[in-house]
Amino acid sequence: MYIILLGGGEVGYYLCRELLDMGHEVLLIEKDAIKCEHFKEELGSVILCGDGCEMAVLTKAGITRADMFVAVTDEDDDNLAATQIAKQKFNVPQVIARINKPKDERIFVKLGIEHTVNAAALILENIKAQTAIFPLVRLLSFKEKGLELFLVKVLGAPLADKRVVELALPSGSEVPLLIRQGGELVVPDLRTILEIGDQFICLIPSEGEAMLKAIVS
Amino acid sequence: MARLLDADGHKVTILDSDPNSFEKLPVDFKGVALLESATDEEGLEKANIREADAFVAVTREDDKNAMAAQIAKRIFDVPRVICRIYDPLREEFYESLGLEGISPTVVFAKLLKEKLER
Repeated sequence: MYIILLGGGEVGYYLCRELLDMGHEVLLIEKDAIKCEHFKEELGSVILCGDGCEMAVLTKAGITRADMFVAVTDEDDDNLAATQIAKQKFNVPQVIARINKPKDERIFVKLGIEHTVNAAALILENIKAQTAIFPLVRLLSFKEKGLELFLVKVLGAPLADKRVVELALPSGSEVPLLIRQGGELVVPDLRTILEIGDQFICLIPSEGEAMLKAIVS
Repeated sequence: MARLLDADGHKVTILDSDPNSFEKLPVDFKGVALLESATDEEGLEKANIREADAFVAVTREDDKNAMAAQIAKRIFDVPRVICRIYDPLREEFYESLGLEGISPTVVFAKLLKEKLER
């Protein structure tokens, strides 16, 4: 796969090395000439020095044959501009933008960039997953399909002692798996009753998120 | 530009994230100067963008202008949105997205050419 990365910060540099190790063809675009020299010494000829938001630079990078374009600079406006051009001008099949300012995520989606990675939100979900205070942890967002995957923790009322089928989940939801406190895996059926310490996987349509939140807390 | 529009009697609000930039405004400027980012929805709300007839993005950075202009146009439905895009190729791209762009590079090149040919 040919992957173009924009932004040679810590994230871009790490991605570049990892993706190269996985055997992909990678090109890292970075503005700063001194950084580029440094990267070239270390990583070889996978660096293109230039402003990756400029059409001429992107053309030189061979964007027309790229399978994936990933913008990970620390400026959201640059990441937006570059991914919009990659997606809407050059039809790159997979386009991913890093979000630095959490509230920009909504703006990106409205402007046609659905696939984003928001570090602040990931850290929050991780904290929620690692502690037993928060009942709801977002595991994955399938934005194009309009689905969200959650982990729900049974911490007490209102979920404990209820049957899975009794939960008033948003329509179109699925609960494919329940993990008992001891680690036993259960595929819920009509009789399955939730106990304190259980966790279950829940797939819901995106518009049902508020409803799920109301049910678990 | 803020000075020209203000002098013409328009109601002007100017946003900038650098407080020093407001020092260039004339003492008799009747509009509003807001210390806010124009790529931030809340900042734009504070500028009453929903009531605006026109939005103009003229920072030194193409990407900022493009982002602010798209927020104004697509999220707040401002009727007239113009942005400055130095890169002529990118200006064409943003026009294809429905923005009105002005490329100083192109305008200046044309002016110079006309002057030379005269």
